[in-house]
Amino acid sequence: MSGDDRPFDEMLGAGDAVRDPYRPYNDWFQGEDIRRLRKKARESEAYFRSTGITFNVYGNNEATERLIPFDIVPRIISGREWWRLVKGIEQRVRAINAFLYDIYHRQEILRAGRIPVELIANNAAFVPQMMGVDPPGGIYTHIVGVDLVRTGEDQFYVLEDNTRTPSGVSYMLEDRETMLQMFPELFTRNAVRPVSDYPLELHRSLSSCAPPRAGDNPVVAILTPGLYNSAYYEHSFLADQMGAELVEGSDLRLVDGRIAMRTTRGYTPVDVLYRRIDDDFLDPLTFRPDSLLGVPGVMDVYRAGGITLANAPGAGIADDKAVYSYMPEIVQFYTGERAILQNVPTWRCGEPESLKYVLDHLAELVVKEVHGSGGYGMLVGPAATRRTLKEFAERLRRHPGNYIAQPTLSLSTVPILGRAGLESRHVDLRPFVQVSPDRIHVTPGGLTRVALKKGSLVVNSSQGGGTKDTWVLDD
Amino acid sequence: MLGRTAGQIFWMHRYLERSEYNARLVDAGFRIALTRTDAAAEEWASLVATSGVRDQYLERYDTFDGANVINFLIRDTSNPSSVISMVKSARENARHVRASLTREVWEAVNNCWMTLQKLLARPIREAELPGVLDVIRKQSAQGRGALHGTMLRNDIFDFARLGTFLERADNTARILDVKYYVLLPSASFVGSSLDNVQWETILRSVSAMRSYRWLHRGNATPLGIADFLIMDGRLPRSLAFCYEKIVDNLGYLAKDYGERHPCHELAADIRRQFHEETIETLFDAGLHEFLVRFLRENAALGAQIEKDYRFHE
Repeated sequence: MSGDDRPFDEMLGAGDAVRDPYRPYNDWFQGEDIRRLRKKARESEAYFRSTGITFNVYGNNEATERLIPFDIVPRIISGREWWRLVKGIEQRVRAINAFLYDIYHRQEILRAGRIPVELIANNAAFVPQMMGVDPPGGIYTHIVGVDLVRTGEDQFYVLEDNTRTPSGVSYMLEDRETMLQMFPELFTRNAVRPVSDYPLELHRSLSSCAPPRAGDNPVVAILTPGLYNSAYYEHSFLADQMGAELVEGSDLRLVDGRIAMRTTRGYTPVDVLYRRIDDDFLDPLTFRPDSLLGVPGVMDVYRAGGITLANAPGAGIADDKAVYSYMPEIVQFYTGERAILQNVPTWRCGEPESLKYVLDHLAELVVKEVHGSGGYGMLVGPAATRRTLKEFAERLRRHPGNYIAQPTLSLSTVPILGRAGLESRHVDLRPFVQVSPDRIHVTPGGLTRVALKKGSLVVNSSQGGGTKDTWVLDD
Repeated sequence: MLGRTAGQIFWMHRYLERSEYNARLVDAGFRIALTRTDAAAEEWASLVATSGVRDQYLERYDTFDGANVINFLIRDTSNPSSVISMVKSARENARHVRASLTREVWEAVNNCWMTLQKLLARPIREAELPGVLDVIRKQSAQGRGALHGTMLRNDIFDFARLGTFLERADNTARILDVKYYVLLPSASFVGSSLDNVQWETILRSVSAMRSYRWLHRGNATPLGIADFLIMDGRLPRSLAFCYEKIVDNLGYLAKDYGERHPCHELAADIRRQFHEETIETLFDAGLHEFLVRFLRENAALGAQIEKDYRFHE
């Protein structure tokens, strides 16, 4: 945190009066005994363990299962605030799909000179094998998780557009389930919009993107890398809730020109594959030949229109951090409108002037690796030691094109239940978006990640982050 | 359902059945050690053999001492058949096939693993053993209760039951085979009473002490015990009972899928001998020969089911 500016607190706002969306919650909280609440919080942990809502961490020898800490104070968003976010998200996601179609077809945006050719041509996230391919229904990003941060009453910024395989939706659903079980009384005092139809909506939305030959009841399956993947719980949870099969690469093979799964009664064709493995591992015949996780030949079937892959291979070009910096232009180009949601101002270090600015202001900025994810390879200037700053400056000079820089945003805070009562912590928000040919649907809620360490801005679960139930009110 | 899923459910239930069996073996051994100290070492040795891990045991220990056997059969993770290893494997399979299990079944298996992991973190002292065995028994009962009380009676359930009964038949045949020499006809064959220790071990390992007493008023003869464990369709761990269930469950699958496979013939053939033979004819032809053949046929049926229902590529 720089200076004395207090970050925007979503419960208390700028002053010390409780903001409207939090009022009923605050009234309830004032009448509660902290010890009872702390006991409840401990119970929630036992619930998560017994349900098996864990993620896998790889230590020195054996994989262990850990819990993502859950905080029992909800993050509350008013209906009015949400409505604006939804408009912005819909616009952005529409633009992203149009951008992906264009990039893998005529590349008008490059011809028009709105974004540089090298940005795409030299980008590892661009998948040349997708050139000229028409995904069924014309959809590239069936599921998007847009990471948002808030800095003030009306200031929201998009931090990242996760267009590959955004995870965390199981936490959105399980956090709510946990709250409903622990504090049913809160849901009679607050009109909280439900999130529980997400899995069925997803099934519907994916089915509507099935190839034409699939018929009325397309077979939907989720492709997981397996038990030892960090998000395995989510894969099996979604399969369960959607009524879809959870398959591994070894369950699938090419049969009569289609991808089929081995069942107890023989091979059954799959129409829609919601794959939770990266492009690189999808098909050893097209991408990494050493991959054992994917399905040999799936790309040929895909190109021939015999299966839907969600999300489409190559969709990752849209959430590349360098491409991100052009998102306002991209939205403008494809929708003819100004972007409703703001981008965080971004310096592309590959440009000499930007690099100079970044090096001069390193201690105030956040620097990110262009292809990095999960908060690794990242510098948070204000929190860094002088030595780290110096080392990072070296790396920047050596490979400027690998980095972008952004101002350190004063992320909003939401209270968590601490030892003595409520304590403010920084949060972000990932709403989940489903895209089908007939509509874009944003589930009213999302994943709120919270940096549990006081003052910390890093919300990633791998680095001390937790989650909260996210309420969107019906107001 | 996926072939792999069917296989994982089938094996999950084999693992659970075997973990219970191992716990019962330890229970039986412990009773004998308490009452007949002179026979203890020999009994522990035969229990390790029954569990099928004699070689692995001898790699670690030289003698069959109670404390070592108990820890080896219950909590040693280097023993792939120990209770903890079996529960861990069952729980891993359950994680694989979560979407095919009810929440209750998953939680029962997951809680069983969490409980035992904590309980068995340290070596078991003699004084704690009854408590430990009690926890294992209760955890298993919870899993079984959840399965029966909440699962849909469909193909998933059939594969679970097939795993349970194939494993159970294997276990019962194994304890009989290890002990067959005490059941062999000898000079004082007809009507002679068996050495208490021996028949207690056999009956306790299949939790049939009380039921045998009800039926036979404590008169333990070789023929009576063998008949009970092999031919008596009322005893839930007898070979005949297991095969009634196996044939039933395979029958439901055939009906459900509208398709019969070689495994159906195989199972019917194995079951037929429990109807056509008597315990006397089995003894005449040789109990050991019968048991060896049965174990082989039972294993072959398992392999045939795996093939017919495409557990593997």
